[in-house]
Amino acid sequence: MKFIDEYRDSEVIRSLLSQISEEAVREEGYRLMEFCGGHTHAFYRYGLLPLLPERVTMVHGPGCPVCVLPISRIDAAVTLAAREDVIFCSYGDMLRVPGSDGKSLLKAKAEGADVRMIYSPLDALKLADQNPGSQVVFFAVGFETTAPATALALKQAFARKIPNFTVFCNHVLTPPAMRAILEHGDGEPGEGSVVDGIVGPGHVSAIIGCDAYRFVAEENRIPLVISGFEPVDLLESILMLLHQINEGAAEIENQYVRVVKDEGNLQAIRLMDEVFELRGSFEWRGFGMLPDSAQKISSKYAPFDAELKFQVQFSEAHDHRACQCADVLRGLIQPEQCTVFAKVCTPENPLGACMVSSEGACAAAYSYGGIS
Amino acid sequence: MCLAIPARISSISGDMATVELGGVEREVSLALVDAAVGDYVIVHVGIAISKLDEDEAARTLALFAELNNPPDETSS
Amino acid sequence: MSRKLDIEHGFVDLSFGAGGIASAQLTRDIFSPEFSNPILDRMEDGAVIDMPDGRLVVSTDSHVISPIFFPGGDIGSLAIHGSVNDVAMMGAKPLHMSVGFIIEEGVPFSTLKRIAISMGAAAREAGVSIVAADTKVVKKGEADQLYITSTCFGLVSEDIHVGADRAREGDRVIVSGFIGDHGAAVMASREELSLTSNLKSDSQSVSDLVAAMLASGTDIHVMRDPTRGGLATSLNEIATTSAVGIEIDEAAIPVREGVRAVSELLGLDPLYFACEGRLLVICPAEGAEALLACMRQHAKGEDAAIIGEVTGRPDIPLILRSTFGGSRIVSMLTGDQMPRIC
Repeated sequence: MKFIDEYRDSEVIRSLLSQISEEAVREEGYRLMEFCGGHTHAFYRYGLLPLLPERVTMVHGPGCPVCVLPISRIDAAVTLAAREDVIFCSYGDMLRVPGSDGKSLLKAKAEGADVRMIYSPLDALKLADQNPGSQVVFFAVGFETTAPATALALKQAFARKIPNFTVFCNHVLTPPAMRAILEHGDGEPGEGSVVDGIVGPGHVSAIIGCDAYRFVAEENRIPLVISGFEPVDLLESILMLLHQINEGAAEIENQYVRVVKDEGNLQAIRLMDEVFELRGSFEWRGFGMLPDSAQKISSKYAPFDAELKFQVQFSEAHDHRACQCADVLRGLIQPEQCTVFAKVCTPENPLGACMVSSEGACAAAYSYGGIS
Repeated sequence: MCLAIPARISSISGDMATVELGGVEREVSLALVDAAVGDYVIVHVGIAISKLDEDEAARTLALFAELNNPPDETSS
Repeated sequence: MSRKLDIEHGFVDLSFGAGGIASAQLTRDIFSPEFSNPILDRMEDGAVIDMPDGRLVVSTDSHVISPIFFPGGDIGSLAIHGSVNDVAMMGAKPLHMSVGFIIEEGVPFSTLKRIAISMGAAAREAGVSIVAADTKVVKKGEADQLYITSTCFGLVSEDIHVGADRAREGDRVIVSGFIGDHGAAVMASREELSLTSNLKSDSQSVSDLVAAMLASGTDIHVMRDPTRGGLATSLNEIATTSAVGIEIDEAAIPVREGVRAVSELLGLDPLYFACEGRLLVICPAEGAEALLACMRQHAKGEDAAIIGEVTGRPDIPLILRSTFGGSRIVSMLTGDQMPRIC
């Protein structure tokens, strides 16, 4: 497949690996974070981690929108889905995530809720057209890559005055999460960052552009390389980070030039500005309340806001007592260091989202494993 | 996030495009990207989020090829 | 004698499941003509079969697939192929089948007829007779159109011993053709995904391929048809049962471009897509090339390939080697693969 296979070429990969080995000269090693869950998944799927030199450690970041969604919002989704009049539409990723008492959307469906898996928010809109007697609610989850699609669906719903379509909006933003990771370090304020360099999210950047990460270079003095998702992309990005770290540089570089433009996707940004507003603060699993870190539906589009239409209440729900997703998400521990990893917490019986989300660090580690 | 794949536009109708990957086709929205038939776009949840810059891609791939097969530097 | 059913326009109602005249009509007008064979045509309560000497192999399956018609097959042909293949995987020759239908009230006769025709054709191609059949009708909503339970009986000769516990270190792993066709075709045909493709299920009987393989005289340790859960699940199960490890080469596994495309688009893995007309065989290394050649000569094995080997590493049941030297574990699937956006 064009523009995919070329970036999985074994000759190129071997060459990059050997260059990385040559470049990894620092005694104290290199702690690099791949922010994006899609990157975490790719590292494990291609078996790249054991191929990196020992001096290079990858720390998994919180860029998994399924993983960072707090239990209280999952519970709210399940409650919405259980309503008699509602057809609840969700991406496949969210269906098995356990809320309080392990209740997931899939379990709610087994108990009679009308839960439908969809591929695109535009399909949810079609369902609203086809089912005028029902309320179609779309469970919007995702970072800035996914939010424009939700915005597009809302814009179309508004233009066509569709009366039975609403969105339960849980879109979150990348730069605030990055700030939170870099500022808190190992949990001590001002103790210095937990990482030497960041592999930046490729598709988020296709939307928001490269400038959004300027603070990482200028304030935190850490290099960041925006990366594609194929093995060649990830390895090239690691090599670029090692170069910078060795030279004491701290710049934002773009490895994913074939897809990411400096300015991002202006049409998408404009659309999101029109349809969404910043929430003052939003709860993130692992980080608590983060200011200006999530989007809600703007007042112009209020009739399509499920939280308003259905008067959604949020409970004081807590993570399972033994769950250490919070520490995994902040890069403080690797999945294997979680006390319940692979023992009580498995994909069949997940205690937290990191184990059930397809790009959760724990799910990836469990499914694809560590082979030395 | 985020699963997004390069697919080739095989036809366009208004704001929607039919994209093709390995013989599989789907309708996606072109509302957020300017592209023409034959272009490759990055597709995520039913919308095109970016157009693939084939020149940039060619340049990077050529660089890799060079690394593996350095041009002969000995003068004859 | 009651009137013939109006197959073109009529549909099943509850009276057809109640036994008695209406029930007999369903069997008489819809199923029997398509399954016709001397044993079934006697219309007795039980089929009397003359059994040659040998060990009896029995396999049973229930089929609830939805949609009941999919590209390359339907629930009926799937039922025949599935049970025939299960029996063949034990090195047995499939001979007879029994089928049970649970039909939802309101299903058109024409739908049932279409399925019956398909099953009759599948059975004839596989060389089996459907000797017993039963129908029951349930209320609307109590079944998703049609469920089928199928049982196949076969005979295996004394000198054949294949089993999931027989894989040994050094054995080679062979697959009979392109993997994941069925799972990918059914996934791609799901209405809510709105994909268009030419993908077709690989649903077919492979008992004739197995017969050719057995006739070649090569020692065969394990055979398995990788249905639900795909190649990954079957190999995991075999490795665990035999207490060995298996390593396979990503580059060697035959996958069609369209199956790859569906996988990339939806974030799925071809290794977990069901195959309904393929088989895995594990055999000693010295016979592998000869067995491969024999399979490739058969129409149903022309794309066969050696994809890996059995190792002495039982701690990890299944490992995949990528083209560039990376390795990863291939674990058992939790539930069905779900399309993802992340």
